Amino acid sequence: MKNVKRILALSLAGCMMAGVLAGCSDDSSSGDSENKGALTGDSSIDTSEVKSIYFLNFKPEIADKYEEIAKKYKEEKGIEVKIETAASGEYEKKLTSEMAKSDPPTIFQINGPVGYSNWADYCADLKSTELYNLLNDKSLAVTKDDGVYGVPYAVEGYGIIYNNAILDKYIATDGAVIKSVDEINSFSKLSEVVQDMTAKKDKLGIEGVFGSTSLKTGDDWRWQTHLMDLPLYYEFNTGDGSSITNCLNAAELEFKYADNYKNIFDLYTDNSCTDKNLLGGKTVDESMAEFATGKCAMIQNGNWAWGQISGIDGNKVKEEDVKFLPIYTGVDGEDKQGLCVGTENYFAINSQVDAAQQQASIDFLEWLFTSDYGKKAVTNDLGFIAPFTSFGDNEKPTDPLAKDVLNWMEKDGYTSVAWTFAGIPSETWKNNFGASLLEYVQGQKEWTAVVDDAKADWKTERENAATE
Amino acid sequence: MDKAIKKWFPLFALPTVVAFTIAFLAPFIMGLYLSLCKFKTVKDAKLIGFNNYARAFSDDKFINALWFTTKFTIVSVITINILAFILAMLLTKSLKGTNVFRTLFFMPNLIGGIVLGYIWIMIINGVLYYSNATITSDPNYGFWGLVILMNWQLIGYMMIIYISGIQNISPDLLEAAEIDGANRWQKLIHVTLPQIMPSITICLFLTLTNSFKLFDQNYALTAGAPGDKTQMLALDIYNTFYGRVGWQGVGQAKAVVFFIIVAAIALTQLYLTRSKEVEN
Repeated sequence: MKNVKRILALSLAGCMMAGVLAGCSDDSSSGDSENKGALTGDSSIDTSEVKSIYFLNFKPEIADKYEEIAKKYKEEKGIEVKIETAASGEYEKKLTSEMAKSDPPTIFQINGPVGYSNWADYCADLKSTELYNLLNDKSLAVTKDDGVYGVPYAVEGYGIIYNNAILDKYIATDGAVIKSVDEINSFSKLSEVVQDMTAKKDKLGIEGVFGSTSLKTGDDWRWQTHLMDLPLYYEFNTGDGSSITNCLNAAELEFKYADNYKNIFDLYTDNSCTDKNLLGGKTVDESMAEFATGKCAMIQNGNWAWGQISGIDGNKVKEEDVKFLPIYTGVDGEDKQGLCVGTENYFAINSQVDAAQQQASIDFLEWLFTSDYGKKAVTNDLGFIAPFTSFGDNEKPTDPLAKDVLNWMEKDGYTSVAWTFAGIPSETWKNNFGASLLEYVQGQKEWTAVVDDAKADWKTERENAATE
Repeated sequence: MDKAIKKWFPLFALPTVVAFTIAFLAPFIMGLYLSLCKFKTVKDAKLIGFNNYARAFSDDKFINALWFTTKFTIVSVITINILAFILAMLLTKSLKGTNVFRTLFFMPNLIGGIVLGYIWIMIINGVLYYSNATITSDPNYGFWGLVILMNWQLIGYMMIIYISGIQNISPDLLEAAEIDGANRWQKLIHVTLPQIMPSITICLFLTLTNSFKLFDQNYALTAGAPGDKTQMLALDIYNTFYGRVGWQGVGQAKAVVFFIIVAAIALTQLYLTRSKEVEN
């Protein structure tokens, strides 16, 4: 109890003192948000004075891998890379307090255009760096006017992960509605299969078709962000400009595809291995464990989840049985829809640290994505599908989910769904929407109210962001 | 002697004064200033006047958190103190194994708030499972969950304070009351309670401020779910400050309001109960 006061007081005090001290030292060098020298492509900036750089990592699940890479880098180049990791869902908070310190992160992460607008004063222009030039699709980068402020380092994909062994078992049963998984190419087909599977769940040895729709606060991102991507994509992919930009510029949300969202969301919760009323206590970890131990046949998640599936004790899912299905919601023409592919992970370099440190940070990233050791670590340890031309075909990831993402991306005639959720006005919108979904599932809120609140919230949050 | 104290006072007080200034006074003044500013990180603040306060009070979540916190504080202060006092009375009787019981009751207080939150979320969800619900099904579950948690944690601590108070009552007074023909109830009301007023003062102070400022337990147990309906003030401030872009100043303004409320409640309560304390 007293800890509360202490922790709160100490951390706030810490932040503020750091601010006081940093503020003092800044006064002498006039101008807070001014760029301290631009980054260059060649290494004309002398980095020999730089002893250490500081990388604020976004992904807790691979924090220890980064530590190993940092150790190796120190051995090779003599520069220490300080790795700090924010807890899941706490990145913005951590970044806010770390940035105020006298030794702020030199490499940090923004989650796209919205993240960029929050941190615009701190993002260095990366246009002339090798890192940007190596991108295989330059349109993926976060740009503003002529500058490049965020370079994506990992492409990810998500959809409905299914356990092929259970699906095969189902197909072998009497009266199965499909002969092969490939026949599932629309919401109606998916829903038919799922409902039939639910009816036969004892025979199939599962507790439900889908894993728990985890709606615990902080564990609801698969629904309030990822699943929300589909209605957003269809609403804003009007053929005129990128869907992300359109979404980002939308002052209001029409939520035209709300019914489609409801389709799939209801399908998840009605055919889940967990009762609706208990979903509020479920975490992502728990629901991934359900999938890994064979309690359910399908689960919505992305390629990053492989580590979680394979690492769970009592894992019964074989590597060759894990595959992706696109998330079908009943939109016209969805038979040619692919997985949701995009990135939320952009590296940014802190423009407020001195030029040599900025350069040293860039050097580290370039080393990571071009050196043999670095590339191997990226593919095997970090598990990224790196969007850089420096990676050869034989350097692509080998885990089954990442492979299947690439497989879907290369399928002829299929269109991947862009990560339009990057244009959602704020984290607050997502959290409110997640809370709404929980109340809906628990029967405390009508669907129409969920939709209306989401629309109203979109408007206020967008206005809020605009006044900043 | 007095002279020596006067002479050396500044020197001995210096470390504390320095620490107090660095860790409390300076941040506090800075906090006041920041509550009038718009800022992203604390170094680039721009003065904007009282706008942040206006926004804080027009924020439904803040008002909701204020009510929730007030209700929670009233309920938990009453339950904790009554239960702690009853336990203290029982454990000052010459029963076998009182020391063991005292230790056991005190132990929950040694566990950190976050851990407690996670322990209790399992227990509560485990129980609610039978009625097909979780702690997030209804804000009332979260409310009573927090009350139970808080009771469990603080009763032992308050009990120890009451025990020391009760043991300090001179047996002469109780004996005199008995000779005068007072029954058990009269002894409690007219002798014991007035005599332990200092303990009551301190216990009320601790429970009142601790309940009002509750953070970790709230964060770990419900994190505000469902829909921020079980969010208390400290958590709301934290979420406003760190969770909403452009709201740092508002969060800071809320923190200042929070400070004023806590200080006002604590001082009023101290004044009221102090005036009831009797000299031995």
